[in-house]
Amino acid sequence: MIETHQLTRRYGALTAVDALNIRAEPGQVLGLLGPNGAGKSTVMRMIAGFLVPSSGTAQVCGHDVSKEPVKAKRALGYLPEGAPSYGEMTVREFLIFVLRIRGLSADVGYRRFDEVVSQLQLESVLEQCIDTLSKGLRRRVGLAQAILHDPPVLMLDEPTDGLDPNQKHAVRQLIDAMARERTILISTHLLEEVHALCNRVVIIANGKLLADATPAELEERSRYHGAVSFSAPGSGVSQEMLGRLPQVAAIEVDPLDGRITVFPKVGQRILEPVETLLRQQGLEVSEIQLERGRLDEVFRQITTGSTPASVGVTEGKG
Amino acid sequence: MSPVGALMRRELRSYFVTPVAYVFLVMFLVLAGILTFYGGDFYERGQADLQPFFAMHAWLYLILVPSVSMRMWAEESKGGTLELLLTLPLSLTQAMLGKFFAAWLFIGLALLLTFPIWITVNYLGAPDNGVILAGYLGSWLMAGAFLAIGACLSALTRSQVVAFILTVVVCFLLILLGQPQVLDFLQGVMPRRLINGVAHLSMLRHFEAIARGVLDVRDLLYFLLSITAWLAAGVLVLDLKRTP
Repeated sequence: MIETHQLTRRYGALTAVDALNIRAEPGQVLGLLGPNGAGKSTVMRMIAGFLVPSSGTAQVCGHDVSKEPVKAKRALGYLPEGAPSYGEMTVREFLIFVLRIRGLSADVGYRRFDEVVSQLQLESVLEQCIDTLSKGLRRRVGLAQAILHDPPVLMLDEPTDGLDPNQKHAVRQLIDAMARERTILISTHLLEEVHALCNRVVIIANGKLLADATPAELEERSRYHGAVSFSAPGSGVSQEMLGRLPQVAAIEVDPLDGRITVFPKVGQRILEPVETLLRQQGLEVSEIQLERGRLDEVFRQITTGSTPASVGVTEGKG
Repeated sequence: MSPVGALMRRELRSYFVTPVAYVFLVMFLVLAGILTFYGGDFYERGQADLQPFFAMHAWLYLILVPSVSMRMWAEESKGGTLELLLTLPLSLTQAMLGKFFAAWLFIGLALLLTFPIWITVNYLGAPDNGVILAGYLGSWLMAGAFLAIGACLSALTRSQVVAFILTVVVCFLLILLGQPQVLDFLQGVMPRRLINGVAHLSMLRHFEAIARGVLDVRDLLYFLLSITAWLAAGVLVLDLKRTP
């Protein structure tokens, strides 16, 4: 479990993290989201015990990071931003060094070593110097280091940064598999990752907590939530008709591909009426979709404090 | 294995995977030889002992020890591995000790490799090997004190060059303190008691006492306390850097 209470860190006049309360429980993958410079890494560094908070506390598995640092660090696996490691060591030497520092006994240690190496597919580079590895491999070595002691709490600062799509997929599967009985906190600015991994999201900007919700709850805040979009050639005719439906608030046409998005009035469901209307009109619709909401839009809206663009019939915008 | 031991092993290994260690060892041995034979009149004195050899060690260490200690923390800060190391389950003190002992052992190895000169004097005459042993011990302790200073100053900065220069300056001052010229100069501006105190801070004075074969607890304590104090200061520096 990870818990912070009024966690604050100041650098001179700048408040990088401002009275943050977050809580992640076993079985949870909590995504820490925010624009660059929002304070995500600072939060993680304080929880990991690398930085001392200006005020407030952070706990890992009930151990206060300031009062029982070694106990807290034992319970934690941490991948720092950029996955730093000792470049002059080989992958094997580096992982064995971490095993020893973590005080794992030889039999447990080597069993875990083998498990982790095969989980992260590092067998072929074990004898290579870390300096000579690609960015993706180095990231995997960093991940291996973090999960080597099979920690109950895992904290990963941008774990898939710099990985190709296949590697991203592999890392996500790994995190997914580990999530069941563990507490996992990941920071990211990739919204696809939130969908793929997290069951809860905390959004911070300028060190302040702006949202703490499930991805689905966040999507509901999007103006696209419940909207219906479809592509229909020659749809100019139907727009007027759609606008007349009592449940419809607005219609937008994508200037590039001509895709039409119909926005509902608050609390209204519009998929059925729209479909019925289209059928009545005898319009051929190649495909129709009920939107869940767009996280990127919600993210922008929350972190920049802007309200969603005014809803109205806009044609050829952009 | 304890975290200190694990870190020490890693550090020691890291010295030897780069050419730096070998360059250092060669430089140390060559300079030690040159200074002993040319600077210390090893043969002309006509005595079978290693006084001229040990007399030059303070000056040798002045350049060579900072070149070992400079990377200790500065490199970790710069490469970002400091965050990795300090989030592993070991205390700052353990981290400091692991690094320090690795460097100290390394210098110890360099010192051990000067054994041909010990064989030489034993071949040429009948030296007091007890005194020579004391000389080696004193030299190693002095190297430890220099290293501890270097460890503390390396924690201050991300730049190895800055760490090197700072360490040379501080070590130079500590060598100079005991020199008669400096004490004479201080006589004009300081009360006598204080000057005595200053003289006792000198590395050279305590080292020379040990190297003469007089194992006084006070001289040993001086070095052990110096090492402890500088390492503690280094831990404090590391801690202050994490604190707002």
